[in-house]
Amino acid sequence: MPYSDPFETLMQLQEALDSFRSSAWLSTSTSGGGAFPPLNVFRKKDDIVIVAEAPGLKKDELEIQVKGRTIQIAGVKTVNYGDRVSLHRRERTSGRFSRSLDLPVEIDADKVKAEYRDGMLAIFLQRAEHDKPRSIKIA
Amino acid sequence: MAGQELEVQKKKELASQQEKTIPARFYMPSTDIFETGDALKVVMEVPGVPKDALDVKIENDVLSVEARIETANYNGLEPVYTEYSVGHFARSFTLPEQVDQHNITAQLEDGVLTLTLNKRPETKPRRIAIQ
Repeated sequence: MPYSDPFETLMQLQEALDSFRSSAWLSTSTSGGGAFPPLNVFRKKDDIVIVAEAPGLKKDELEIQVKGRTIQIAGVKTVNYGDRVSLHRRERTSGRFSRSLDLPVEIDADKVKAEYRDGMLAIFLQRAEHDKPRSIKIA
Repeated sequence: MAGQELEVQKKKELASQQEKTIPARFYMPSTDIFETGDALKVVMEVPGVPKDALDVKIENDVLSVEARIETANYNGLEPVYTEYSVGHFARSFTLPEQVDQHNITAQLEDGVLTLTLNKRPETKPRRIAIQ
């Protein structure tokens, strides 16, 4: 690790994330409806990790579908205030959302893993074996 | 659905009067505040924050929350497309007089922090029985 200061690490991470803000990687291939939680896409060697900040979701109402290069994420977020309350401030959004992404690589649909922890959704996608680049030996 | 304007929630950067001593950016957690008969509830969204990285303090009638994310989770990940930045969360509120500062409870579940600020018994609404 080139940096050991934890604060420095966060700053470097923030800078790295900023420089890929709306990069052309997904071009115009993301579409969806509803107030979708923002997501970040990372590469980890050949694999792809999609991370979304999605606090207060119900795990069993999250739906992830993968087909070829397309991944669809849908869910519902409910905000419940209870009966007989007076609202002072309301900033959290709620409702149904769905979104699909067209990835530039093909995904092995059988090896998709998803994790939901501390309000963060992480989807781990493995690149399909037949889509991986092969290095050619020069004879 | 293609071509439809995509509405992605925006994260608000913290614009606090007190500056932080670390160089990284902080974010303001989206917060709902509502009142029930005997408590004031403050519900904050702090995704990515584990229980042990949460600080809730009361000082001079100000309730302040600081929630730190885990940056180690991003080791080995190379961003290719991003829509939000990450950072610690911080926000503070001045408490109204009717809150009993010794009777505040906090609960964290799926990135949602719920603070229950119980009201002082003498400020609770009372129903007067008519004889």
